Amino acid sequence: MKPDLTVNFAGVCFKNPVTVASGTFGFGKEYSSFYDLSELGGICVKGLTEKGRDGNPPPRIAETPMGILNSVGFQNPGVDLFMETELPFLKRFDTRIIANISGNTVEEYRRMAEKLSDAVDILEVNISCPNIKSGGIAFGTSPESAAAVTHAVKQVSKIPVMVKLTPNVTDIASIAKACEDAGADALSLINTILGMKINIETGRPVLRNNTGGLSGPAVFPIAVRMVWQVCSAVKIPVMGMGGITTGEDAIEMFFAGASLISVGTANFGDPKAPLKIKKGIDDYLIRKNKPSLDCIRGRLETY
Amino acid sequence: MPFHLCCSITETENIAQDQFSIVFDSVKLADFVKAGQFLHIACGDALTLRRPISICDTDKSLVKVVFTVKGAGTRWLSLRKPGDMLDILGPLGNGFDMKGENLLLIGGGAGVPPLLLAARQAAALPQFESVTALLGFSDIGKAILLGDFAAACTSVEIATDDGSLGRHGFVTDLLKYRLNTKRFDQILACGPYNMLRIVSEIADEYDIPCQVSMEERMGCGIGACLTCSCKTKSAGKEKYSRVCADGPVFSSREVVWNEA
Ligand SMILES: Cc1cc2nc3c(=O)[nH]c(=O)nc-3n(C[C@H](O)[C@H](O)[C@H](O)COP(=O)(O)OP(=O)(O)OC[C@H]3O[C@@H](n4cnc5c(N)ncnc54)[C@H](O)[C@@H]3O)c2cc1C
Ligand SMILES: Cc1cc2nc3c(=O)[nH]c(=O)nc-3n(C[C@H](O)[C@H](O)[C@H](O)COP(=O)(O)O)c2cc1C
Ligand code: FES
Repeated sequence: MKPDLTVNFAGVCFKNPVTVASGTFGFGKEYSSFYDLSELGGICVKGLTEKGRDGNPPPRIAETPMGILNSVGFQNPGVDLFMETELPFLKRFDTRIIANISGNTVEEYRRMAEKLSDAVDILEVNISCPNIKSGGIAFGTSPESAAAVTHAVKQVSKIPVMVKLTPNVTDIASIAKACEDAGADALSLINTILGMKINIETGRPVLRNNTGGLSGPAVFPIAVRMVWQVCSAVKIPVMGMGGITTGEDAIEMFFAGASLISVGTANFGDPKAPLKIKKGIDDYLIRKNKPSLDCIRGRLETY
Repeated sequence: MPFHLCCSITETENIAQDQFSIVFDSVKLADFVKAGQFLHIACGDALTLRRPISICDTDKSLVKVVFTVKGAGTRWLSLRKPGDMLDILGPLGNGFDMKGENLLLIGGGAGVPPLLLAARQAAALPQFESVTALLGFSDIGKAILLGDFAAACTSVEIATDDGSLGRHGFVTDLLKYRLNTKRFDQILACGPYNMLRIVSEIADEYDIPCQVSMEERMGCGIGACLTCSCKTKSAGKEKYSRVCADGPVFSSREVVWNEA
């Protein structure tokens, strides 16, 4: 018997739970030369800002034990150019398109949401970026500002709104709850964890930006813990990510409560990682004789 | 369009101090590759990122890479043996654009290997009259591929930092001397950043088109993650280009060089 991999996520039907994470997959073109993107449940596109951005000076990437640090800094063409030049290509595939948006003010988020809400399947609201009006502290680090962004986007969006949480907080569950209360339809987590690498020959940071976001297998246990905490605190569905590299990792995320998973850094090691993860999920369900993901999602027996 | 390949190693050699060559079998790569293109090679399970290495040479279905051991990735590569498999993405990047009749290649250290394929591909084109290679190494112990360059080029000149082989000094000193004695239509350069910047200045001074192969730390290697940026300018506008997909070869005039 073939397990049923479909997922109803905030009212949107995904044909399988495997998506690719924002910023690691561009706008899909490059990876489409390795496989048919219709094999994916969904694609979270590169983080968009209202106006195009150049990004940070290089080096923008460093390798760390079982992980990487990046400081790309939202290099993107801006929402309008994305819709004009990148979206038509993505629309050719039978997969869900998730637009990842970042802003420096609540108004920027709102304007981007208005533009995109007819064009894609889900809005992923990245609140890890600096809130210029409150002195550059990330929107996602306080329940109040996280709720303010969520509320503003929800007011104008005709499609489900998924808020992407940053792990760089002391109590992620309280932020998750604030987003849920402000009307979020779903949550995704985790974004990267702030880190640093130093070149001891030169006595300088490897990244030109000094610090960067850690991702890859190194962050996986933190991601599982946070997904579990968030899923225990909210009722809305969660997309889990952070270091997922194998089908087994994905299954752990489902046990922790995730409905969908997203693959980021693993794409760099193996362009076909998402397909192998999908097969790993399928194999597990067959081996355990489970007809669908419902049989494992959140079914964690804690001590 | 890049391939994702699993290739069998046929030959490995420690060709000089800390420098190794690996030959592997891949008809697909050998048939398609353009000089200046590179491979993104997985270096064992302990490393999250692949390592970019240029293609040095091809021979029928065989492909050769030559690399210097710098850290964990290249050390892992140096320990491979014939019969081992390599997980490779490639060919990647744009490669050199072969133009003109008299070509000058200038390489420094780990930047020397890709110029060999450039010399061989150039020599095979009907319009080429001469291919001159200027190669720089830190010392005689690090000098590599000299016989291959001698066979592929019209003339080869060497410079070493300590004078243990060829001219005592930098390869960029050889460049000025050469340009004073002969007219070249095109310079292809690969090597450390500072060498490339000086080559670019000299090329400007002599008004010769120059292509430089840039290096930057990479994630995906195929153009998706925007981590491998190099600042470039066109029509007065500056932007970050992707070394892996828009490069690694850029026109030296396109590159916005950092101050020395
Ligand atoms: C397009 C291109 C072609 C190259 N071709 C060759 C070649 O033919 N022969 C050769 O010896 N070397 C070549 N290099 C340099 C080679 O990629 C690095 O020496 C290698 O990645 C070092 O890895 P490591 O694990 O040994 O060192 P580490 O310093 O431990 O590497 C840590 C991280 O930094 C990256 N890194 C370190 N140095 C460089 C560098 N110079 N350029 C890009 N990334 C770097 C690594 O890829 C890795 O992600 C090339 C680089 C580029 C960008
Ligand atoms: C190079 C790179 C760029 C990223 N860009 C974005 C981005 O633009 N927006 C965003 O919300 N997350 C971005 N992320 C975070 C990822 O989407 C993901 O949350 C994180 O990397 C954890 O997953 P992973 O360990 O599987 O990569 C980026 C990550 C990387 C490695
Ligand atoms: S390495 Fe990912 S865009 Fe160049």
